[in-house]
Amino acid sequence: MKRYVSLYVHIPFCAVKCKYCDFLSFDGESYQTMLRYVDALCQEIKLYAPIVDEYTVRSVFIGGGTPSILDESLITNIMAFIKQTFKLEKDAEVTIEANPGTLRHQKLTGYKLAGINRISIGLQSADDEMIKRLGRLHNYDQFVASFKAARRAGFNNINIDIMSGLPGQTIHSYVDTLSKVLDYEPEHISAYSLSIEEGTPFASDESVLNDLPPEMVDRRMYEVTKKLLAAKGYDRYEFSNYARPGYECIHNMVYWTGGEYIGLGLGASSYFQGKRFNNTRNIRYYIDTLEEIADKFVDNDNREILYNDTTKMIRENITPIYIDSRMEEFMFLGLRMTCGVSRSDFEERFKKDIFEVYGPVLNKYIGEGFMEMTDDRIYLTDRGIDVSNVILSDFLLN
Amino acid sequence: MAHLDQSLIRNFCIIAHIDHGKSTLADRIIEKTGTLTSREMQEQVLDNMDLERERGITIKAQSVRIIYKANDGKEYIFNLIDTPGHVDFNYEVSRSLAACEGAVLVVDAAQGIEAQTLANVYLAVDHNLDVMPVINKIDLPSAEPERVINEIEDVIGIEAHEAPLISAKNGINIEQVLEQIVEKIPAPNGDVDAPLKALIFDSLYDSYKGVIIFCRVFDGVCTKGTKIKMMATGAEAEVVQVGIFGAGQFIPCDELSAGMVGYITASLKNVKDTTVGDTVTDADNPCKEALPGYKKVNPMVYCGLYPADGAEYPDLRDALEKLQLNDASLSFEPETSIALGFGFRCGFLGLLHLEIIQERLEREYNLDLVTTAPGVVYKVHKTDGEVIELTNPSNLPDPSVIDYMEEPFVSAEIMVTTDYVGAIMQLCQERRGIYKSMEYMETTRALLKYDLPLNEIIYDFFDALKSRSRGYASLDYEFKGYERSDLVKLDMLINKEEVDALSFILHKDTAYERGRKMCEKLKEEIPRHLFEIPIQAAIGSKVIARETVKAVRKDVLAKCYGGDITRKRKLLEKQKEGKKRMRQIGNVEIPQKAFMSVLKLDEE
Repeated sequence: MKRYVSLYVHIPFCAVKCKYCDFLSFDGESYQTMLRYVDALCQEIKLYAPIVDEYTVRSVFIGGGTPSILDESLITNIMAFIKQTFKLEKDAEVTIEANPGTLRHQKLTGYKLAGINRISIGLQSADDEMIKRLGRLHNYDQFVASFKAARRAGFNNINIDIMSGLPGQTIHSYVDTLSKVLDYEPEHISAYSLSIEEGTPFASDESVLNDLPPEMVDRRMYEVTKKLLAAKGYDRYEFSNYARPGYECIHNMVYWTGGEYIGLGLGASSYFQGKRFNNTRNIRYYIDTLEEIADKFVDNDNREILYNDTTKMIRENITPIYIDSRMEEFMFLGLRMTCGVSRSDFEERFKKDIFEVYGPVLNKYIGEGFMEMTDDRIYLTDRGIDVSNVILSDFLLN
Repeated sequence: MAHLDQSLIRNFCIIAHIDHGKSTLADRIIEKTGTLTSREMQEQVLDNMDLERERGITIKAQSVRIIYKANDGKEYIFNLIDTPGHVDFNYEVSRSLAACEGAVLVVDAAQGIEAQTLANVYLAVDHNLDVMPVINKIDLPSAEPERVINEIEDVIGIEAHEAPLISAKNGINIEQVLEQIVEKIPAPNGDVDAPLKALIFDSLYDSYKGVIIFCRVFDGVCTKGTKIKMMATGAEAEVVQVGIFGAGQFIPCDELSAGMVGYITASLKNVKDTTVGDTVTDADNPCKEALPGYKKVNPMVYCGLYPADGAEYPDLRDALEKLQLNDASLSFEPETSIALGFGFRCGFLGLLHLEIIQERLEREYNLDLVTTAPGVVYKVHKTDGEVIELTNPSNLPDPSVIDYMEEPFVSAEIMVTTDYVGAIMQLCQERRGIYKSMEYMETTRALLKYDLPLNEIIYDFFDALKSRSRGYASLDYEFKGYERSDLVKLDMLINKEEVDALSFILHKDTAYERGRKMCEKLKEEIPRHLFEIPIQAAIGSKVIARETVKAVRKDVLAKCYGGDITRKRKLLEKQKEGKKRMRQIGNVEIPQKAFMSVLKLDEE
């Protein structure tokens, strides 16, 4: 039987780190470090060769950080190692994240040649003042140039990230961003709302905290997103993701449906062979460890040992996912999709009827109109999605 | 065999207002007399419960026997009986005093006489004790020993010019205190040959020895094998061991004879058999009459104690049973609340007693508790003539069958500097106090007397008193009796459902204000739900206040964490954990702290 896996590749570098960002990323690293990192990353990819024979890769996502900060030759290199090590499906979805202002024609054609077929552009807002306040370097004109360049280079699957609930953002400014984005007819739109994370510059900036839109405004931004995008033919297939039919992000769906994925690179999370884990978040340690094994690949007989020994050194928080956790994840991840979860799928995976496990919770929320059920599918209603944190937490089994 | 020479015994206690240095002086006396070396001395050896040491108050009476070689060359036996220092434990204080011939009165050289100083002195004088004043804290820069001496003579009317001027903290002039104890406190003069007559001033449950009776022998002798009888409870038992008190330990001896203070063990299993104030006598040769003053102490304040986790109910029961072994004044009986599940209605001597028990349950027995609003015992006179003593507001009969209700009143004495008399009178007025009298003790201080409803002072009266007088007011009170009062039951309705654990009884005039505050407080405490929740305060079917907890409109995790599912899970787990600490009332989840926060309504 064909086993699928997806790959996430982490590029932890940015020109300047955004003031709200708490992802694992560094600004101000030397070009030398980036080169060494990419080399280490390629070593890590190579490690998997002896154990992924039976797997087929259906999606690759190169995220960050800002992957587009790297020269296209480095991305080409990474992709070459991936293709050499893993079996990629013919029409596998291969995405790279990019910031407006970092995309030039040459870079884009390079990506294209490397096998990348989807671009995700982090616009966040079309208001230049707002963008500046977030600590981002680009402006709206650069976005327009980047987007057009991507189209010219032949990318016919583009996502645009936008954010609501930004400091100083008004409903007008937000709607303006939305309509400008819609003018370019991207295939996919991710609409997130800003959350202030501990330890970020925003979290300790009173002027930002005092300037966050009031709850009513935040809520209206959220409502208007749903309405406007629906009117323009975008289907909300997940809480914060909208797509033209057929352009749902395969890689995202893997996360929501309990599919396996391997995280490659610094701090990257994996769900692979029944365990969740993440790579070390220490960049020096990551590079050093993988540089040390560079000349050990020659011995073909011991490749499996090399894989075991090395991954043991770089992986952290290894958590076996037993049946209870799998059921929980099936629910709280699956219900993020507007199509919800499938009863027969549940039964096939866990050999139990979904109502045997979650009867009281399901009946309660279905009764209150927060969830609905068809013959096979159970999903959150719009009202349910609005308050999903409250609901999803009830699917944790003690 | 010759009995112990009574002329060499001095039985005394130390009395003082709270914080005037009673326990510290006790420590110094024990230290000076060499019962303990300095190294063995833990700070405040007599307070042996952690809680006592922490709060700096004495909860249970303790006793220690000390040998002192006086200047006259003789060795004296001092029995120092420590007394509880809080108004909740007035009865225990009076029993401790009854076991002594004299009292050392400690007065703070800076603060002078306070309400409890007076109350304790009066109590001591009532028990015919010789009161020997000591001026403490003379090392304080603000000390005014001369003024305080005059105050003692003027206000109390006892001679104070020979009072030792000491600093218990720094060990200054402690010798002088010891010499005066020998000179000024009378020796006991009981009749060794008369039938046994001993006063129980405390008792303790020990898992090996059973109940240990702390007693003062007035007449006769008690030895191993004596068949004793408690005259009030009627319990009888054969003495297993008698002994005296070392510091922190029991030292067995051959006999306890007239004048002595010591302990008796007699394989009694329940401290209820040996209540404080009872008289121990020889069952075969009983004394004619018991010592005077015994009374059964009744709890004054009640509240519901519930385990936060329903599964801990049996643990709570065990813990209460164990505490009760040592504390006969703690009462409890099972009760059920719709809101809180299974728990106990517990009776306490006062709010401090309640807090102490609550803290001990949480600290020593590791229990997580939900406490309902404390209330007093109301007397409900029904139209059919029946009188109910109501400890749980939920049990109030239907108003149509109630003729009238009574609530307990106390007589309170408040001593305050004249600057704050106005503020304190206003406070008493607000708390429905009935003005009795005001006397000026000297030009700067006044003694206010009020009758106050007990339920007005059990919450935070003491704190309010302190804050409105900048700490210059002191309070003492005693139970006065029941008086007819216009009382109503205030119910709280959450999402239209009455929450029994939040109901309480109060005076009609304060109901509106209190109801409003309760609604506001609950609105703060109850998290938003998926639907709107009305919060109402009602008397009978009449709603007197209302607030609304708005519905959650948006709570969605719209942020993207890539493949980091663990992080998502953690957020949901946090949300779930929050729900666990809630009580489900209908379909509303109420955080446990909401039940407690309503106790703190008066904090601005």
